Amino acid sequence: MAAMWLARRAARRLPPLLSRQGGEPTRPWFLGSTAPPPVLGSPPLPAVERIFRRGFCSVRRFAGESSAAAAADADEEEPENGFAGGDQAIDFPGGKVSFMAEMNFLPESHGERIKCYRVLDDDGKTISGSRFQEVSKEVAVKMYSEMVTLHIMDNIFYEAQRQGRISFYLTSNGEEAINIASAAALSIDDIVLPQYREPGVLMWRGFTLQEFANQCFGNNMDYGKGRQMPIHYGSNRLNYFTVSSPIATQLPHAVGAAYSLKMDKKDACAITYFGDGGTSEGDFHAALNFAAVMEAPVIFFCRNNGWAISTPTTEQFRSDGVVIRGQAYGIRGIRVDGNDALAVYSAVHAAREMAIAEGRPILVEALTYRVGHHSTSDDSTKYRPVDEIEHWRTARDPISRYRKWVQGNDWWSDAEESELRSRVRKELLQAIQVAERMQKPPVAELFTDVYDQVPSNLREQEQLLRDTIMKHPADYPTDVPV
Amino acid sequence: MAARALREAGRRRGWAAEVGRRCFSGGSAGTAVPERKEGGGGKPVNLFTAVNQALHIALDTDPRAYVFGEDVGFGGVFRCTTGLADRFGKNRVFNTPLCEQGIAGFAIGLAAMGNRAIAEIQFADYIFPAFDQIVNEAAKFRYRSGNEFNCGGLTIRTPYGAVGHGGHYHSQSPEAFFCHVPGLKVIIPRSPREAKGLLLASIRDPNPVVFFEPKWLYRLSVEEVPEEDYMLPLSQAEVIRKGSDITLIGWGAQLAVLKEACEDAAKDGVSCELIDLKTLIPWDKETVEASVKKTGKLLVSHEAPITGGFGAEIAASIAERCFQRLEAPVARVCGLDTPFPLVYEPFYMPTKNKVLDAIKATVNY
Repeated sequence: MAAMWLARRAARRLPPLLSRQGGEPTRPWFLGSTAPPPVLGSPPLPAVERIFRRGFCSVRRFAGESSAAAAADADEEEPENGFAGGDQAIDFPGGKVSFMAEMNFLPESHGERIKCYRVLDDDGKTISGSRFQEVSKEVAVKMYSEMVTLHIMDNIFYEAQRQGRISFYLTSNGEEAINIASAAALSIDDIVLPQYREPGVLMWRGFTLQEFANQCFGNNMDYGKGRQMPIHYGSNRLNYFTVSSPIATQLPHAVGAAYSLKMDKKDACAITYFGDGGTSEGDFHAALNFAAVMEAPVIFFCRNNGWAISTPTTEQFRSDGVVIRGQAYGIRGIRVDGNDALAVYSAVHAAREMAIAEGRPILVEALTYRVGHHSTSDDSTKYRPVDEIEHWRTARDPISRYRKWVQGNDWWSDAEESELRSRVRKELLQAIQVAERMQKPPVAELFTDVYDQVPSNLREQEQLLRDTIMKHPADYPTDVPV
Repeated sequence: MAARALREAGRRRGWAAEVGRRCFSGGSAGTAVPERKEGGGGKPVNLFTAVNQALHIALDTDPRAYVFGEDVGFGGVFRCTTGLADRFGKNRVFNTPLCEQGIAGFAIGLAAMGNRAIAEIQFADYIFPAFDQIVNEAAKFRYRSGNEFNCGGLTIRTPYGAVGHGGHYHSQSPEAFFCHVPGLKVIIPRSPREAKGLLLASIRDPNPVVFFEPKWLYRLSVEEVPEEDYMLPLSQAEVIRKGSDITLIGWGAQLAVLKEACEDAAKDGVSCELIDLKTLIPWDKETVEASVKKTGKLLVSHEAPITGGFGAEIAASIAERCFQRLEAPVARVCGLDTPFPLVYEPFYMPTKNKVLDAIKATVNY
């Protein structure tokens, strides 16, 4: 009797996933072998317990569950009748829950911050013991080339805006690894629901520099027909949903899209990108909760770059960043060094596999830094120190770190570097010239696509507008065909 | 008061079934789309059953159709989704977490993948957390992408309006908010037969639709509804009673009130023409204009507060188009500019006698 009781106690104390795993023959390396996946490293002493140790209450009564010592104490104290708090369990709606005699509040944090997965060190060398997804030379070089291309595109479009040639721009400076490496780990059938700082994902999928330029200039070849501000790219062909400015609204869409993929039994997932600021929006919570409940194969990719325009993360949330919140919704997650292309690639690769094979959402939090201003309408030196920006722009630059690794493999040379840079620059200047010279979309397109067909009120308004244009032609831009 | 009056009337003389048929049968046959058999027929059913029939047909005829929302799995709090989960499975008919913005956002993503996403918001009073998703996302999805993407398969069903005891948060008529949003269609049916045909048309329309269901009529309104699959045209108003002295226009549950007012006015020798607008945007100005050009007078009536209500838009448009023919100011009989009040509901409502007084004042202007 006593032996059985002890055995039951022991079984109960095992982490649930582990006890279920008993017979599993193989387990992916990235899930670890002893702990439930989202917990990286063993939890340290909870803060609550530390406080009580030096405070006015006895440790025994208030100790956290995770303290092995306290658990052992409790075992010794358990009376024979088995009715101590910890031994009872009741089937509440949602499952059986055990009681405890101690009044233990959950600590507000795990103490130590959740660790960040990294493959490359600052010198572009693989960290000893690091495990990552193999990348072929071809893919590795393409990743590097596109990171450079993205960076040059940002610089040139930024300048074009400064010269007044386009109305607005927003760079991905410092987040090139996140953009390109995450895209490289996906398949073209995966559906992308971007925020707006992920043009590299679209670039990886084959959006040309000319197509980028056409959108920024809002010309006749812009798929969006000149209706949205620059950087609001979209492409049906490339499974990249059109960018919209509101923050985090695309997250619930990603869940719906992922659910559709699952119902159609497609070998594909949805991935949606957002920033640290976006995690404060209701749509973030709605989407994570829906995805968990509906078991939707979606990757939530958070670019935690430290800044939501001028608001630092310390004024955005008090949680340990974003990845921790996945657990509360029952979502597996990982924190990754966003400036490490190999880590980002490996994490997204694994996330994709789990999302599709297991029909579940995965949360990826990439830690990085927004090296550029929020947009061309912003001057970030007004709210953050210049040397901080400079540090991230140089010492922590994801492109040069990744280049060291690629070059260390003898896959890249200085000659190739200068050839690439001058070719991309030339192509971009050419693309800008072409885009600039191209006509704007005609006035008729102002009225199409509101509905699948133009309704009578819009036909009427179009006619009125055309009459006005005839009467006051000087009021209207000359480059928009009437 | 209207709700109470109708319920009492129903108890007194079996009104619901008979008047429901009398009020709303016939008339719409001429506007039926080819799928619809001439004359309708079918069994007498109430409005929630008609909605339920439409949902059964929508799921049966399109394997890419999904129905979801809070509590829809067991049949819904108004029984509109009864039997759907059993017949079509929990993958296609399911409960969602209690989160309207999540329901709308999820539905948009589902629709954007080429599915028919039929989402339920349990009460129109609770649609506001989804407002951003509906206004900034659904409505602009096609336009902002240059038609690269659309979420035209989206239909949001939601019960609206007074019910006699609903107070602030189970009574509102928020249709006007959505009528200010290019890219959306807003539909409100007046009866079971209309509900079924308009809902099927909304579900199959390639644009996002907000479909308001008059919850007051879910059980109260009964008429013969064809059992087969049929659709009624959107953006097409219907003259449901011919008249010569004044045009009355409304939608949804308010038409029953207007109908009673028409009958009482007839006793006083006033001939009213009654129009059901059905689709609020894009709306059928031509039918209203033609009627007002004939009668020279217009009365608009809705439960929503008068200021900024959709009646204002109709009044302005008709004043613009029919100024020379109007013989009196356009009358508006609407809800008061207060939150929807519980014990004061009979005072708040645009009741039959308020309408009747306005008819007389306008005709005698």
